[in-house]
Amino acid sequence: MSSWTPELEEKARALVGRYPEPRSALGPLLYLAMRRDGYVSEEGMRRVAELTGMTPAQVLGVASFYTMYKLAPPGRYLVSVCTSISCHLLRGEEVLAAVEEETGVTDGHTGVDGLFSVEHVECVGACAGAPALQVNYELVEGVTPESARALCRWLRTERPALVRSDEMQARFGGQRSFDWASPDPAGAVGPVPAFEPYGTAGEGS
Amino acid sequence: MSERILTARMEAHPGDSHTLSRYLATGGYASLRRALSEMTPEQVTAEVKAANLRGRGGAGFPCGVKWGFLAPATPRYLVVNGDESEPGTCKDRQLLERDPHQVVEGATIAAYALGVHEAFIYVRGEYARPARRVQRAVEEAYAAGLLGRGIAGSDFDLEITVHLGAGAYICGEETALLNSLEGRRGEPRIRPPFPAVEGLYGKPTIVNNVETLSNLPWIIAHGGAAYDALGPPGSRGTRLFSVSGHVARPGNYEVEMGLSWRELIYREDLAGGIRDGRALKAWIPGGASAPWLVPEHLDEPVTIDDAARLGTMLGSGAVVVMDETTDVAAAALSLVRFFAHESCGQCTPCREGATWLQRILERIVRGSGRPADLDLLLDVSDNISPGLGWPPAMTTICPLGPSATAPVVSLLRYFRPEVEARLRPGGKADG
Repeated sequence: MSSWTPELEEKARALVGRYPEPRSALGPLLYLAMRRDGYVSEEGMRRVAELTGMTPAQVLGVASFYTMYKLAPPGRYLVSVCTSISCHLLRGEEVLAAVEEETGVTDGHTGVDGLFSVEHVECVGACAGAPALQVNYELVEGVTPESARALCRWLRTERPALVRSDEMQARFGGQRSFDWASPDPAGAVGPVPAFEPYGTAGEGS
Repeated sequence: MSERILTARMEAHPGDSHTLSRYLATGGYASLRRALSEMTPEQVTAEVKAANLRGRGGAGFPCGVKWGFLAPATPRYLVVNGDESEPGTCKDRQLLERDPHQVVEGATIAAYALGVHEAFIYVRGEYARPARRVQRAVEEAYAAGLLGRGIAGSDFDLEITVHLGAGAYICGEETALLNSLEGRRGEPRIRPPFPAVEGLYGKPTIVNNVETLSNLPWIIAHGGAAYDALGPPGSRGTRLFSVSGHVARPGNYEVEMGLSWRELIYREDLAGGIRDGRALKAWIPGGASAPWLVPEHLDEPVTIDDAARLGTMLGSGAVVVMDETTDVAAAALSLVRFFAHESCGQCTPCREGATWLQRILERIVRGSGRPADLDLLLDVSDNISPGLGWPPAMTTICPLGPSATAPVVSLLRYFRPEVEARLRPGGKADG
């Protein structure tokens, strides 16, 4: 039934095999499905259900509980602006407004050209580097409304295939929660957290 | 300069503190080898008990005592809680990213003490970079024979899987985390039974925070008594505080507990005082869930028990500082909106109550609050957490709902006149 590639099927089965019970692989498999389809598609949910011994409705019930499983296709760049307390105190809402204006996409929506999705999010754990935002779950700390605008323009112009925290932080970031010290060559290839075991990470230089 | 337990390696070797080679070159995994070759699991547990190490995730429960509750049935599991999501908190992120082997070694020592052969490191989904670091550390440890079968030449086996969450604060609560790890909605379970008796897949399970476990290599290397000699009674050891908001030097600072709030917030080598020389208005001492403190509390000691005496908590060690320019009603709204958003929806007082608190605060901040709104805020809060005391009384399965009342009660306790001044005198609300 499924049109997942043999390579994807193998990765999925390996993930299921990591857990004492298949159902625990549901989260990782949803990321795998999102990497394939760009979002949690109906077909993806059916395949995840088969792999975990659940019904598609159960899979939907779980997926809809969490904010990072996107049930509709997000843009190529998902810009998540933190507005929780530490960021709130340091103009996080102004950063959000700047991102909305620069991208032309309002909070919770995706632009018609599919380039940007914009969302405000609750605490991303960058409190001592506030205000912060993430692009495809890659973090940038110590942004300003102005640098956030510049970041969005850069994404629109450069269209990077790989979104990396270190690169964005160097170009557009400021205050950090702590010394990042050494770079991480990996980055996101889409609006899914970049994590090698889920096949969602890309590697740059 | 007080003792550094958690951050010594990353301070000394910023470029590569996350690698196995640096970890080994700086004494890493010596504690695990020692535990496996010279100590029984009971002896390891005895050292952790002697250390009087209390959990660093929020509740501050003694780690050794928690371990003691683990039921004898097998299989049994260890889950490392890396779902750091309490607003203001970014310290586990640093530990995961900058010294991931310290987390892995701590987890492995714990697993040995607990007789666990399968462990999970649950990292929040937004922490992609820290999760990658821990994943690489786990892979390095496997390749070096420090995980898997016959660890370091012993007959102890342990499998560790790094698992990514998907954006739900509630999964930091340990029973919600277990549900999430089982591929379910992250809804907290009614306790008892506690996870130590019926946890992951209904099996005995210990859930420990990242920072808690990061202390274990040091405790085994130096002995529980040495750890117990740091900090005041009831708050032994160091803590990695995240200090954020309107301070001159926001950051994570590892200090021995027992210093004063004034020191933590004002010392030049710590948060460095309030930005631009402004005055302090209030601070949150232990994450969004904690009731606030105000300048009259500056000389109180930073300990778990003193915070409790003041009707608040050290929680996750997140200190959020607000200066004199802060619109405290808007700050309270930000906090309440967080809880309303993150409520899992199981319990009516939390699901409905937090939303009500948000709507009332929204109209107050907008300038259309009515005089009765302040008592209404307290009335709704009282329905979520009767008596409005601390630790909070519960009408809910987990403490998330009561946490939503903390900023409301704090706002009205310390800043009621300021909030009253912005109410609409006519008394008619617009929504």
